[in-house]
Amino acid sequence: MVTRGFVGRRPKADDARRLPPGQSLTTDFPVLSLGPTPAVRLERWKLAITHDRKVLASWSWEEFQALPHTPITADIHCVTKWSRFDTQWEGVTIDALLLAGGVTPPTQFVLAKCYDGYTTNIPLADQRGAQAMIATRYAGEPLAAEHGGPARLLVPHLYLWKSAKWIAEFRFVEWNAPGFWEERGYHIRGDPWQEQRYTNDP
Amino acid sequence: MIWQTAVIERIEQTTPRVKSFFFRVALEHHDAGQHVDIRLTAQDGYQAQRSYSIASAPGAELLELVVEHLPEGEVSSFLHDVAVVGDEIEMRGPIGGHFVWRQSDEGPLLLIAGGSGIAPLMAMLRTRPATDTLLIYSTRTWEDVIFRDELLAMDARVRVIFLITRELPRRAEDFGTRIDRGVLGSVMKQWGCAPRHVYVCGATSFVEAAATALVDEGIPAAIIKAERYGGA
Repeated sequence: MVTRGFVGRRPKADDARRLPPGQSLTTDFPVLSLGPTPAVRLERWKLAITHDRKVLASWSWEEFQALPHTPITADIHCVTKWSRFDTQWEGVTIDALLLAGGVTPPTQFVLAKCYDGYTTNIPLADQRGAQAMIATRYAGEPLAAEHGGPARLLVPHLYLWKSAKWIAEFRFVEWNAPGFWEERGYHIRGDPWQEQRYTNDP
Repeated sequence: MIWQTAVIERIEQTTPRVKSFFFRVALEHHDAGQHVDIRLTAQDGYQAQRSYSIASAPGAELLELVVEHLPEGEVSSFLHDVAVVGDEIEMRGPIGGHFVWRQSDEGPLLLIAGGSGIAPLMAMLRTRPATDTLLIYSTRTWEDVIFRDELLAMDARVRVIFLITRELPRRAEDFGTRIDRGVLGSVMKQWGCAPRHVYVCGATSFVEAAATALVDEGIPAAIIKAERYGGA
């Protein structure tokens, strides 16, 4: 349906190609979280890979720093309609994490659990092959608390609610059980290029 | 969720930079705090989408959106400068299952808004919460207070405190400062209630400051719901 009188301020052609449907480009870095930004102290920080109430591997902050870190540059897309190009992150890929922990994936589904109680589901198929990492640095600096520091999941090819801030636990689960937003009307997978924003979107 | 046609029935200038748009649209029943997506389409098929919080009460005849005119805003500029009564846009929703309050959630209720962040909290206030309610509303000037007359006429169980950051406050109970722990502590002490639910909405820096003040004042993080917009 054409909107009478709407012309729009189109992005440049190069930018337009990189923008998924319904998104617009921003140069700042909006913050979306459920409540207050939690203060996660590094001396208490822990990341655990779990399955069926058993800890398969876990790292303190110091131990995590010793894992092989990888830089990535990626475009990120938030379901609230903004996208940001060429964001620079550094962290440990999920492949490297599983390898370092000696973890053979017991299932193909993962629920990320966070220090603020947030959860989100991401199948392993959307993480392997350097598609996802536990990110601890942004633009060359330690990741700010409001953006998920000390460490967040980063899955840039899915809407950003999947890139869980303040991650604490990487839990293998038996099926693709919905997380926090997925239970509240948002899409189970969240691919921005297919515009999978809400539950019944294709 | 399908796109529906929404017709602009009324437009009101509520402050120098803010207009309210009232739409006739057949969305499903919404809860106070939810938002809608709108979509505009140009002749050649180019589209722009934005999300806006619903300011009208659940069950209201028309759906009200509060739109602040952003100088570079593609959609807000269209709505402010081009759209007129009778125009149709596409809308879908209601959306959001976290930043919501229903009468059955009870209270006391503490609402904290910055600027146009009042919109989803207004939907809560307009349900006439049957519980003690405190609204702390921060704007730059008295003229920037959206819904000012309606807020000043709220019934006795709703206490409204304005934080006016760029001029002197007009009323004795208001403050001429930004939100911080000192202001929050003093306002809450006068209120005398322990909130059961806290909702904070505004620009990111405002929400961060308010949420930090709340946590420092001993409010459990688990009862604080926040909605942020704009850049960090």
